[in-house]
Amino acid sequence: MKLKEVKNLLKTNNLLETVPEAEELEVINACGADLMSDVLAFSKEKTLLLTGLTNPQVVRTAEMVGIQVIIFVRGKQPQLETITLADQLDIFIYSTEMPLFEACGILYKYGIGPENINYL
Amino acid sequence: MSKQKLMEKEIESFDFQSGGEASSQLKNMLRKLGVDSKIVRKTAIVTYELEMNVVIHSEGGRLKAAVSAQELEIDVIDDGPGIPDLDKAFTPGFSTASDEIREMGFGAGMGLVNVKRYADKIDVESSENGTHVKVIIKLVN
Repeated sequence: MKLKEVKNLLKTNNLLETVPEAEELEVINACGADLMSDVLAFSKEKTLLLTGLTNPQVVRTAEMVGIQVIIFVRGKQPQLETITLADQLDIFIYSTEMPLFEACGILYKYGIGPENINYL
Repeated sequence: MSKQKLMEKEIESFDFQSGGEASSQLKNMLRKLGVDSKIVRKTAIVTYELEMNVVIHSEGGRLKAAVSAQELEIDVIDDGPGIPDLDKAFTPGFSTASDEIREMGFGAGMGLVNVKRYADKIDVESSENGTHVKVIIKLVN
């Protein structure tokens, strides 16, 4: 599924200026987590991260594992430092009013797969 | 086997703004050196977990990285207070992090577990004067 379809399904708001190439990104897996070590343990590259955490370490964590897209759930507005870091690292960030469970459920229903635990 | 020093960077205790910068710099350095992307990713996860452990649990420390043709050597050294029970620290889910740290998304009790999972070799020495984690990541099979 293209990122633009994910954005439509989750009714996201842009937190940074839209980049045309982001819309065409192919999203295959998603990870819903509020614990960063879980993201580090189990995420594949090019995964979409859904999280309720908004501090800059979320973006750092995404950088380490090669996650390109973060969607903040429950209508949370990330800190300015978080947005700035995402901009610097070319990580696309959005927010949705939906809670984590609902956002994950919708994506699952429309064909985004869960991640297999990745031990590299 | 002689190793070439890649970086040495101080890590401040409780600095959640800069925490992760050393790992980020090392990741970029390895990428520029043409290291295989899977190895870069493994290294980034290892160093980031160790760097954040220093930020969260210690009085400050440093991250050093050196490379040879065969392997990467990562040393993360902090100034205390040490890990009281190493066996417990390697138990998935065990954490001594405060509620405040957990609210930031850390303290899942997976830090050293993740490091062990991705490292090819890990040695940990810990006393009340500090902890030294040495990790080897192979560049070639």
